[in-house]
Amino acid sequence: SSSHCLHARPRAPVRVVPSVFVTMALRHTVARFAAFGSVSVTRAFGTSAMRASDLQKESIASFMTAFESVKPSTMDNPSTPSDFLKPLPPVPAQPPAKLTLNFFVPHNVEFSGVEVEQVQVPAFTGDMGVLPGHVPTVVQMRPGVVSVTHSDKEVQKFFVSSGFAFVHADSTTDICAVEAVPVEQLDPEAVKKGLADYTAKLVNAKDDYEKASAQIGIEVCGAMNAALGN
Amino acid sequence: MASNGFQRTSALLRTLRNSNVTSAPVTFTPSGTRSVSLQIVQQRMKSVGNIQKITAAMKMVAASRLKGAQTRMEKSRGLVVPLIRMLGDLPGIVTDTTMVVPVSSDKGLCGGINTTVVKYSKVVAGLEPKTTMTIVGEKARAQLGKGNSDKVNGTIVDLSKIPMTFATASMVADTILAEGAQKHQIVFNKFQSVISFRPTVATVYSSDEYEKAAEAGQIKFDEYEMEGPERSEFLLDLAEFNMGVVMYNALLENSTSELGSRMQSMENSTKNAKDMLGKLTLLYNRTRQASITTELIEIISGASALEAKK
Repeated sequence: SSSHCLHARPRAPVRVVPSVFVTMALRHTVARFAAFGSVSVTRAFGTSAMRASDLQKESIASFMTAFESVKPSTMDNPSTPSDFLKPLPPVPAQPPAKLTLNFFVPHNVEFSGVEVEQVQVPAFTGDMGVLPGHVPTVVQMRPGVVSVTHSDKEVQKFFVSSGFAFVHADSTTDICAVEAVPVEQLDPEAVKKGLADYTAKLVNAKDDYEKASAQIGIEVCGAMNAALGN
Repeated sequence: MASNGFQRTSALLRTLRNSNVTSAPVTFTPSGTRSVSLQIVQQRMKSVGNIQKITAAMKMVAASRLKGAQTRMEKSRGLVVPLIRMLGDLPGIVTDTTMVVPVSSDKGLCGGINTTVVKYSKVVAGLEPKTTMTIVGEKARAQLGKGNSDKVNGTIVDLSKIPMTFATASMVADTILAEGAQKHQIVFNKFQSVISFRPTVATVYSSDEYEKAAEAGQIKFDEYEMEGPERSEFLLDLAEFNMGVVMYNALLENSTSELGSRMQSMENSTKNAKDMLGKLTLLYNRTRQASITTELIEIISGASALEAKK
C-alpha cells in the first residue's frame, strides 16, 4: 500500500488561497452564471419525534458502548466536543427584545453573547436583515459587509470574506466568517491595486484553478470597493 | 535518554555504597590511584548537572511559549460551538468508510500525550472494519507506522515549523477530505490546564452523511430556511468549513497541550536531577573524606610502628 507523506515546508509569505474555498467559489461562479434568475430553495419546518439533542446523546452513548467493548480495561472513555459546551436554555415562547449575537472568525471571537438590535448579513441571495423573532435561517455569505446595530447611534460594520450565518429559533444569531475586518481598516489604495492585479491575472489565467483564484480575487476586491463606497 | 542516565547513576551509587566506601577505598591500589572512584562520581555529577541545566532551560522555553499558545487556542474555540450546534456531535453513526486522524506533536520530551493519542486512535480504528488513518505529527507516525502501515493513508508532518493559521489548517483539512471517507474521527488532546489534558474524539462527516442525518432528523438542518445555494451544495461547503475549523482547533489544542506537558515533564526531570546531584555530592564528600582519613591512618600507624621499633 502506498502512503504519501506531506511535509509542510516554510515558504515565503504568500497569500495562500485554500483550495476548499476555491472549489466553493468556482462552483458558485459557475452556478451563478448558469442558473440565471433561480430562486433559493426553502425548506419547510421538519417534524422529528425527538429533539436533536436527545439523538445526539444517544449517538454519543452508542459510540461509548462500542468503544468500551474494544478498549483495554484500564483506559478511560474519551471526551467529545459537546462535553465542553454549556447546555442551551429552552426556546422562549415570545421573541426576546434583542438579538443575541455571536460573531466568530477562526482566529478570534469578535462578539460572544452580545445583545444587539439588528444585524445585516450579505447573503448569497442578497443582503438580509435579522431582527429578534426572525424565522430560523441558515445563510451562506458572499464577500460583503456585516452591519451590527447596537442601538440607533451605534452601528459597527465589518467586511467579511465569506462564511455562514445561522439564525436560531431563540433569536440567537451565529455569524461564522472566514475573515472579518472593520471596514475602517480597509485601505482604498490596496483595494484598487488588488482589483487591477486580479483582473490582469484573470486575463492571463492558464487553467481552471488560476481562473477561479482570479475570479475570487476580483469578487472580494469588488466587494471591498463597494464597502468603501466606490 | 535522561532515565537511562539516572538508572546507571543509581546502580553506581548502589555498588559504591555496598563496597563499604566509608571505611576503606574500593581498590587497594598505590596512593596515586585512590581518586579513580572519585573521578567516576565527579563525571557523573557533571553530566547530571548538565541534564539539570538543559531540562530547566527547556521548561522555561515551554513556559514562555505556553501563554501565547493558550491565548490563540482559546480564541479558536469560539467558532467550534455554532458548528456543533448546527451539525451536531454525533460520533455513533455507522458508515462504510471511516478515517481516524490522530493529532500528535513533531518533537519529543513532552510526556505521555502522544502515546495517549496513539492508544485512543488504535481503539477507535478497531471499532469498524474498513478504517484508514491519516497521521498528523511525527511522533504518532513513529508509533503507528510499524503495526498499522496497511491502514495509513498518508502523514502530515513538520506543521510546527510554519505558523499555524487557518490557511494551514484548511490545507490539512483538504488533504484529509481528499481521501473521500464518509466519517472522520479526529483524536487529539484538549487542553484543560497546564497539568491536565483530555483525550477527545471529534467527528466530522462527509456532506452526503450530513444530508442523510438531516433527513433522519439527527441534525436540525431541515428546520431552517436556506439563503444560499441548494441544499447539497450548501452542506458540502458547510462540511468542508467544519473540517477546517475542527482541524484548526484540534491542532492548536494539541500544541498547547504539548507545551504544558513538556513543562511538566521537564520540571520533573529537573527535580530528579537536583535530587540525584544532592545524593552524588554527599557521596563524593564522604568518599573523599574517607580516603583522606585512611591515608592519615596509614601514615600515623606507619610512623608509630617506626617509633615502637626504636
